[in-house]
Amino acid sequence: MTALTLYALTGAALIGLGLYGLIAARHLLRRIVAFNLLGSGLFLYLGAAGARGDGPDPVPQALIITGIVVALSASALAVGLLVAGARLSGRATLPEEAE
Amino acid sequence: MNALVVLLTLPLGGALAAVAFPAGVARGAALAAAAGTVAAALAVASEVAAGAPPRIALGGWPPPLGIALAADGLSAALLVTTAAVMAAVLLAARHTMAAGLAGPRIAFGFWPLALMLWAALNAVFVSRDLFNLYVGIELLSLAAVGLVAIGGKPEALAAAMRYMLFALAGSLLYLAGVALIYAAHGALDIDLLASRRPSGTDALALALMTAGLTAKTALFPFHVWLPPAHAGAPAPASAMLSALVPKASFVILLRLWTEALPDEASPAALTLIGALGVAAVVWGSLGALAQSRVKLIVAYSTVAQIGYLFAVFPLLPLAQAAWSGVIFLALSHALAKAAMFLAVGQWMAAAGGDRLEELRGLAQAMPMSAFAFALAAVTLAGLPPSGGFLGKYMVMTAAFTAGQWVWALPMALGGLLAAAYLYRPLAALFAREGASVAAPSRARQAVPLALAGGGIALGLASAEPLALLANGQPPIQAVVR
Repeated sequence: MTALTLYALTGAALIGLGLYGLIAARHLLRRIVAFNLLGSGLFLYLGAAGARGDGPDPVPQALIITGIVVALSASALAVGLLVAGARLSGRATLPEEAE
Repeated sequence: MNALVVLLTLPLGGALAAVAFPAGVARGAALAAAAGTVAAALAVASEVAAGAPPRIALGGWPPPLGIALAADGLSAALLVTTAAVMAAVLLAARHTMAAGLAGPRIAFGFWPLALMLWAALNAVFVSRDLFNLYVGIELLSLAAVGLVAIGGKPEALAAAMRYMLFALAGSLLYLAGVALIYAAHGALDIDLLASRRPSGTDALALALMTAGLTAKTALFPFHVWLPPAHAGAPAPASAMLSALVPKASFVILLRLWTEALPDEASPAALTLIGALGVAAVVWGSLGALAQSRVKLIVAYSTVAQIGYLFAVFPLLPLAQAAWSGVIFLALSHALAKAAMFLAVGQWMAAAGGDRLEELRGLAQAMPMSAFAFALAAVTLAGLPPSGGFLGKYMVMTAAFTAGQWVWALPMALGGLLAAAYLYRPLAALFAREGASVAAPSRARQAVPLALAGGGIALGLASAEPLALLANGQPPIQAVVR
């Protein structure tokens, strides 16, 4: 097994964990963390499986950098919404999922 | 400067200016940027119509290393329709989103978010690179979520959060498909992918991207976030969210299935998408029938109208007319739905609410916006001579040409259901009871009327848009497998 295969498999495992958390978690902060886990897994997979030839491949790296910026902005907005919602309603879950 | 570049940079620059400058200057800067963007959209459309579609490789790097921006007939039609809707929305917002009426929070946030949304839409319409499309729809989702949450009420924040979760999950599924495509082909450009050597992972990649984008488009059964999100936002925001935002992810899907990976479009997969579309038509219409608030009726109607767009998918590889038909449906829905939300916004401001009983007799005080709603209803129900009728007619012709008459049924059934759910708000509006309310000026009522008239004009003067669309129309896969 080469290092790249190991990275790709680790990425796949992170994708699975993140997807599970995004669907199964109730607490919105857990879901946002799960989204980031899923995103990191995808970036790892993209970097490993997308690499062509010897040495570093610039295109996947450019894609990953852009993806990280996008994921960071999305996380910031999601956390902002979560905090604003929790201040008003006193809970950090969606109304229909409150225990 | 190239009009394609202006389409992307000017609204973003306007959004920055609207944040940076004090309120009075900010609105002026936003409106100036909007006027320039409308001009750029028209310039691109005229270049496409003249047979010289603009195309640039960003930074001088051609694909597969760089990113190509290009406009074809589909892009041009969507750019112009978006420009018309955005111009109307911003004109309406000039009054209703002012600090005195809407509060300082909305007056500050609305302009940058609306322009950012516009820039993202334009980016999606002209990008030829799958990853650039990802960035475009992500920027679009961030702006759209912000517009849903802009009111700051607990229900609006919950609706925005629910929307955000669907949008984030959808983006990542799409991104997973993009990663698989890049791993297999080393290219993400739509034109390069069209001439690729098929790989075993392409079907999985297409499935992942489709699942993600349908969640963002709110196709049944991923529609649950849409009605509260679209109905909870202020009316001009709802108009953009319902009329324009779903079209972006839909256009990416259309390009994936007809331009980038048409050889992976198996009949079984197309039938599944078509069946979900039919389910959306029925479910959205029944949902609209069950509502008693007109904003929710209009929002559920979007779920049903999105269903039409997907019910056409099984016909796409079989008949040319299906492709133009579905685009006509998308364009006329954009014009009609924006007109409806803007009209509803005026009634809510006058009557203080949007329950059906509160709207009784409003047509007497506001004849023009009531007429706009009625014209938009004609388009949504697909009655002649509207653009909605023409779209349905082309799709039904395609269904009969292909010998697949089953896919003509949802078009007819959906029209009947739309007539049923739109009857109730119309009956309330035109009730013979005098409602004494402070009506907005004729000039303001003319804004939704112009949009609704556009939906009708699309059917009356269809030759020009059809000729525009023919530029770069993908060839059909004539083989019936």
